[in-house]
Amino acid sequence: MAMDLKEIETLIKEALPDAVIEIQDLAGDGNHYSATVTSSNFSGKSKIEQHKMVYNSLKGKMGNELHALAIKTKEQ
Amino acid sequence: MDQDTKDLINNEITNNEVCLFMKGTPDAPQCGFSMAVSNMLKILEVNYKGINVLENQSLREGIKEFSDWPTIPQIYIKGEFVGGCDIIKEMYENGELKKILEDKAINYKK
Repeated sequence: MAMDLKEIETLIKEALPDAVIEIQDLAGDGNHYSATVTSSNFSGKSKIEQHKMVYNSLKGKMGNELHALAIKTKEQ
Repeated sequence: MDQDTKDLINNEITNNEVCLFMKGTPDAPQCGFSMAVSNMLKILEVNYKGINVLENQSLREGIKEFSDWPTIPQIYIKGEFVGGCDIIKEMYENGELKKILEDKAINYKK
């Protein structure tokens, strides 16, 4: 149950092509990440909607293969 | 999700002004994210009900479907889903959490 940092980035990029993404492997175990995602697609959306867009881009991996991903979203 | 689980969730969020679906209990959280949110509510002296999803597997999965949110903890204020750990942390830091408590007439330490 672990996921590669690049894989996370690729999935988010696919869903939000203009996104600027910064990912950190917090514990160095491939299981606890934090991601800051900046995208113009977030504008006008609530925080819940913004985070859902990121979760959705991960296609169900969140909470399964991916144990912990702290998300911060920013509007561009 | 079965009807019992749905009813259970609906009852909890209707009968408790502030509900925290968490791993563990407010006194003994079993996960760092659940502990973080629980602590923020304690600091603000909010009276909330902690619901331990680890005690009920169908609730643990059901709440994710109910809120359309893949992670735990999840907080409901007056029946409305407000967010998970990241959002609550951000709202705590920028003062929005106090504002929403104020708007929804929930007692907290001012």
